[in-house]
Amino acid sequence: MTEKVHSEKTSSVVKIDAYGLSHRELNEKLREVVSNGTQKIELRNVYGQRYIGTDLNKAVEIEIFGVPGNDLGAFMDGPRIIVRGNAQDGCGNTMNNGEIIIHGHAGDIIGLSARGGKIFVREDVGYRAGIHMKEYQDKKPALVIGGTAQDFFGEYMAGGVVVLLGLNLKEGEPHKARFIGTGMHGGVIYMRGSVDNYQLGKEVGVAELGEKDYQTLKELVGEFASYFGYNAEEILKQKFSKLYPRWLRPYGRHYAY
Amino acid sequence: MKTYLPPKFIVERDPERCIQCQVCVNQCSFENHYYDAEDDVVRSHEGKCVGCHRCVMFCPTGALTVRRNPLDYRENYNWRSEVIEDIIKQAETGGVLLTGMGNDKGYRIYWDHLVLNASQVTNPSIDPLREPMELTTYLGRKPDKVEIDPNTMSLKTRVAPQVKIDVPIMFAAMSYGAVSINVHESLARAAAEAGTLWNTGEGGLHPKLYKYGANTIVQVASGRFGVHQEYLDTAAVVEIKIGQGAKPGIGGHLPGEKVSAEVSMTRMIPKGTDALSPFPHHDIYSIEDLAQLVHALKEATNYTKPISVKIAAVHNSAAIASGMVRAGADIIVLDGLRGSTGAAPKVTRDNVGIPIELALASVDSRLRQEGIRNWASLVISGGIRCSGDVAKAIALGADAVYIGTAALVALGCCLCQQCHTGKCAWGICTTDLALTKRINPDIGARRLANLLRGWSLELKDILGGMGVNALESLRGNRLHLRGVGLTDTELEILGVRMAGS
Repeated sequence: MTEKVHSEKTSSVVKIDAYGLSHRELNEKLREVVSNGTQKIELRNVYGQRYIGTDLNKAVEIEIFGVPGNDLGAFMDGPRIIVRGNAQDGCGNTMNNGEIIIHGHAGDIIGLSARGGKIFVREDVGYRAGIHMKEYQDKKPALVIGGTAQDFFGEYMAGGVVVLLGLNLKEGEPHKARFIGTGMHGGVIYMRGSVDNYQLGKEVGVAELGEKDYQTLKELVGEFASYFGYNAEEILKQKFSKLYPRWLRPYGRHYAY
Repeated sequence: MKTYLPPKFIVERDPERCIQCQVCVNQCSFENHYYDAEDDVVRSHEGKCVGCHRCVMFCPTGALTVRRNPLDYRENYNWRSEVIEDIIKQAETGGVLLTGMGNDKGYRIYWDHLVLNASQVTNPSIDPLREPMELTTYLGRKPDKVEIDPNTMSLKTRVAPQVKIDVPIMFAAMSYGAVSINVHESLARAAAEAGTLWNTGEGGLHPKLYKYGANTIVQVASGRFGVHQEYLDTAAVVEIKIGQGAKPGIGGHLPGEKVSAEVSMTRMIPKGTDALSPFPHHDIYSIEDLAQLVHALKEATNYTKPISVKIAAVHNSAAIASGMVRAGADIIVLDGLRGSTGAAPKVTRDNVGIPIELALASVDSRLRQEGIRNWASLVISGGIRCSGDVAKAIALGADAVYIGTAALVALGCCLCQQCHTGKCAWGICTTDLALTKRINPDIGARRLANLLRGWSLELKDILGGMGVNALESLRGNRLHLRGVGLTDTELEILGVRMAGS
């Protein structure tokens, strides 16, 4: 069921009722709609359909009402996805470009191997968030999480920026993730609130933020705040720590030649 | 620390023949030869030679001989020189022993215990020189049944995407970064000429090779290097690499030194950084998760191409393969114990996995028992040395085979097992620009295409001798095989009868 309505700006919005559609049918519909040059799509009644936005490489905006399934925006290259609800696992998997904004929680391995684009999550994320994110030339993925994360946060990171805000932690309550940044060999993690050394992977170093770090943080937190109605300055007031890879080649001495 | 490692090889230089031209000095990337300006003479170090025979092959006067250092330790079958030297290396470095190429240990090679049948008297053999002989193979999921519209006589069944190959032999995954760009180009061009497929491995695809897309299998591995829309769109097949026969269960580390500007471009990572492939795909912890990635890739390519899944042959391969097929894989690939690598821990390469012949037989049998053999094509790799091995593999149930080592040998590889050093004197397993030039893609492609042509002709002879005129008639037809010198259990797993029975 596809109906075209006209929003105030007279740009056309295509509404799709995803009820009862398989992921294949839904994506087929999306491809068809996007190929017609549609700029904005509203997906209603999304009940766990996977791979939404995969194989779309245009700057289309997709607003999802409901719970999209795993691999939301996997291999995605350009679209902007807004989720009015929670997202599941594998969000932004191997994403090349685009944006995913989640007004809720997200599951495990969010941003897995992403090479570009931005992901904003209002609440918490699951295990191994930001794992093996990379960067290349002008591509530098960013993942901003409003709540907290589970273990192996930022594992194997090879590039990009991950921000963990911990906004839903009570005063003095620490982040609970352990093995943060294990195997990290690139990129940077900014964490708001306290984190103990025992929670960090052995490849991770902790540093104070510099001028450049604050600049990056200001931009990303500003964007985060604008999406979810926070005051960026309030968020930035609290202390952040910077986690960085101690070695670019963590396993350089692992082998006998 | 003074090394206790004795020289592995001795280089003998015939002073009568040596003309001090220094070709050996220039050819040896391991710096075994050197020019002594003071004495105006070319000499050799002891201990640096890896036995690749590059200098021997290029010495214009045939002055060089490379021989194994006799290493006259006291005889000890248990404490062989290799064991002693490995211990010495680790005592001096404290690291994981790295090596290249495939398992070189004496595990039984079942191909050598299988023999093929031929027609005699009761049915005529066919002479492929004068009669058509079909090697064409279609890779992809086959429907359980086909329906034809009786009115239009056209196919009603929606058939999953198929890829046609003219010979059942493809080039195995070897990543750019592990091998040089000229090797990739040689493989791509030879595949295009022979009507078969080559495989990028997990290091991405160089833009100048995109034009060979119709003959290209692109890999998506745990590192997801160079995976983007255009890469997926260009390929004929997308292959998810779960494992590799040389190092089942483990990932890979391409050292930063090998990540040159060009390698950085295809892998889409910064120059000089380590390219780390995690052990597992972190979005695949189960068959259900595998199904998820298979379908993600089907979505990403709009259901236009087969999705392949490659695993290393391990103890439970048959059950795993059944899961892979049910997860939606259109092609499944088994890489056996003798599969090669550009770098792997020696302990893994030499001790982990099972022989491909047994894995192939048990997977094919299992899929047949479950009635799902047609759901996926079955490709095997890991130690295919000649067309005889190919024929036996097809008879055991494979749809096609991958060759890696054999292809590299065609390009000049002498199996010196130094791939992990990046210093390959033959210009194969290196990203050093000077060494890379040693493979000329015009010649490389010719040598590879020649090899495939030779093997194809031999396969046709074998088929003709059996009295069949299509590879399809041999596929999975184990009655064409007999075992020699195998136990009852081995025969049972292979599904083959004892020769003479």
